[in-house]
Amino acid sequence: MIGRVMPIDPVLAVIGERATQAQYDETFRELGLDRPLIVQFGIYVGNVLQGDFGTSIRTGQQVADDIKRVFPATLELATLGTLIGVFLGVPLGVVAAVRRGSWIDQVSRFVGLIGYSMPIFWLGLVGLLLFYGILAWVAGPGRVGIFYQGIVEPITGMLLVDSLLRGEWAVFKDAFSHIILPASLLGYYSLAYISRMTRSFMLEQLNSEYVTTARVKGLSESTVIWKHAFRNIRIQLITVIALAYANLLEGSVLTEIIFAWPGIGQYITTSLLANDMNSVLGGTIVIGTIFVCLNIFSDLLYRFFDPRSK
Amino acid sequence: MKQFKTFKVAALTALMLGTSLTPVMAETPPNMLVIANRIDDIKTFDPAESFEFAGADVSRNVYEKLVNFDPLDLDAGFGPQLAESWEISEDGKTITFTMAEGHVFSSGNPVTAKDAEFSLRRAVLLNKTPSFILTQFGFTPENVEETIVATDDKTLVITLDQQYALSFVLNCLTATIGGIVDMETVMANEVDGDMGNAWLRTNTAGSGPYKVVEWKPNESVLMDLNPNYGGDAPAMERVIVQHIQESATQRLLLERGDIDVARNLSPEDIAGLEGVDGVKVIDELRGRLMYFSANQKVEMLADPKVLEALKYAVDYEGMANSFLKGQYTVHQAFLPLTFLGALETKPFTYDMDAAKAALAESGYPDCGPIKISVRDAQERMDIGQSLQNTWGQLGCDIELIVGTGAQTLDRYRAREHDIYLGAWGPDYPDPNTNAGTFAYNPDNSDEAGATGLLAWRNAWGIPEMSEETLAAVVENDTDARAEMYMALQEEHQQISPFGVMFQQIEQNAMGASVENFVAGGATTAVSYWVITK
Repeated sequence: MIGRVMPIDPVLAVIGERATQAQYDETFRELGLDRPLIVQFGIYVGNVLQGDFGTSIRTGQQVADDIKRVFPATLELATLGTLIGVFLGVPLGVVAAVRRGSWIDQVSRFVGLIGYSMPIFWLGLVGLLLFYGILAWVAGPGRVGIFYQGIVEPITGMLLVDSLLRGEWAVFKDAFSHIILPASLLGYYSLAYISRMTRSFMLEQLNSEYVTTARVKGLSESTVIWKHAFRNIRIQLITVIALAYANLLEGSVLTEIIFAWPGIGQYITTSLLANDMNSVLGGTIVIGTIFVCLNIFSDLLYRFFDPRSK
Repeated sequence: MKQFKTFKVAALTALMLGTSLTPVMAETPPNMLVIANRIDDIKTFDPAESFEFAGADVSRNVYEKLVNFDPLDLDAGFGPQLAESWEISEDGKTITFTMAEGHVFSSGNPVTAKDAEFSLRRAVLLNKTPSFILTQFGFTPENVEETIVATDDKTLVITLDQQYALSFVLNCLTATIGGIVDMETVMANEVDGDMGNAWLRTNTAGSGPYKVVEWKPNESVLMDLNPNYGGDAPAMERVIVQHIQESATQRLLLERGDIDVARNLSPEDIAGLEGVDGVKVIDELRGRLMYFSANQKVEMLADPKVLEALKYAVDYEGMANSFLKGQYTVHQAFLPLTFLGALETKPFTYDMDAAKAALAESGYPDCGPIKISVRDAQERMDIGQSLQNTWGQLGCDIELIVGTGAQTLDRYRAREHDIYLGAWGPDYPDPNTNAGTFAYNPDNSDEAGATGLLAWRNAWGIPEMSEETLAAVVENDTDARAEMYMALQEEHQQISPFGVMFQQIEQNAMGASVENFVAGGATTAVSYWVITK
């Protein structure tokens, strides 16, 4: 509804400013804009329920096809970024809590502060300059080098997965070299959040009486931390990780622009600026669905980890 | 302690994993051209519909036309391509083209006059946005079967509704819409009577040096050689255009040798490339103009002396030498330099005394509130702020109304703006493309709804100047025609509500070994087939 009542003329977005009035009127009718708003809404909802998001006026393709192309790119990037954030952020948060006030705790705080406060596009450009431009440790922007484009027939749309499934090791290596820097950047962004939250949750547990009791019982420190304290923060951590993952899935626009990553964040943003409302709505519906699915998945994990919620 | 050790081991492993990555860092192959460009405006490759910059770049390399420009000699104007010669009838209304031999579509089908007939008729029948380039000669869906006729495989006859300057007609045929498509292939892919329009959005069927192999919207366009191309084999057998939005990213890729050409570098990044080994920057004048225009429905802005004051109170050189440095040059006429009849005279300089004197003579010596409608592009907002500053010194109360391109355009077409800060690029390489919009508005009424005319959008009724504009399109003496446009521009500079300020310079950075890169000047698009490296 919002898309249809915005003070921007969707017809001009299709035909451009040079079109004649007759062409304008014809396109106006073709887009169904001559019908009442409520009818347009009903038709749109009906089409969406059949999997038809309409045609993108910007790419000329079916929005569903566009999303099939761009969403796996974001999914791949956000998943790897989240994995990096979890595998580094959780241990860092635990260690920072266990060694509260030590240098590792200070480093953890500093890392978190940088992650929170630095604009991600600046970090991205600096990362590109350092690791690609100067050190040449990783490949540059884009999903894969020019030599490997079009080699792997898509299965999932995620290049790393598809190259593995097809046994194209050279493509996998090149794709990994392209994704590792933007994924690390997003991972760092998640790490900052996850490590601070983990530290906070762990501190709360470590100050609990049952932890003191466990220590008095003579349990090893490792057992106290990982088998008792950490077990009790898993549910909270799942929520934090799910939120971080969802944020990366829809909020990595700047990273996608800097790294020329053709993902859904960039797709929706560019579409919005071009008044391509079918694409915006299609992309938003997908992101919204992902949010809902992640929440349901979190709830299922709660039931698995916490028998009380069954 | 144990878990801390584990963490250290994990961190070290991660670091080692990172350092062991060995990316492919090869230079681009000698027979492959890799370009970074913003190509998110491509909607279609169909020459009957394509009307965007990046689309024109592809089209020029995929489709041949009856007449075309030699990229290595753009100043020479149009020359034969698919038509080896042409004749015009005595009444000046019928042009007979004789097709050249040896041109073959990528499908293997030879190019004939029937294909040309089909392509031009199709462009009229589909009636997409750029169709006006052809229909302005009187072609309509109802009459194309009589007015565009292939009498045999070698002869195409087109009949115009009246006499026009031959150069005007042929210049229009060099535009993207003049691209000749393979009738047999296109019609084999027709769906629901669309004449192959849907298929040609994502596929190509031309006889040019290249064919599109793959297009991923907002990602890349991959072109390979047309194996049947009739001309000299291009040195670049494959062309990849990658969509790289960010200037700094384009620069890094170029410096690392992963691309050959970067087409959207900011002035800062261009400056940063100075002295970098193996990289060069080539400047080229393009056809895009930057201008402001005043809505004549606003009483104060319809005062000629107020307009004169506003034109004097623009810091042309200051802007061109600061935030527009290298990207725009000062230009004050509606025809871009290099166009036939382009006027180089710049009657306005930044002169606050002259501006204040003019304003004092106007009916509004204290000026008043003015809203400048400007889209949210950086360079335009910078220009808007400069105007806000200098016009503010005249006593005007300037407010910048910033919006997306679509929002500002909506207001402009509805004649609801005060001042519009805009850009305009030629639709086809003939002076009428700009004269017909900046200096043509025979019916200024709201009912006319001539939203395509800039003069109408600014409510500037000019029946006499419109007659002069029409007279120039039928003048067959090229020198006389050029003089007519010069006179038109001189008058326009003085009395029009348009303040043309700048003409675009495109700065393309490329590897030092790249030769013959021609972005297309003010008249056409890029030509990959002449490039060597």
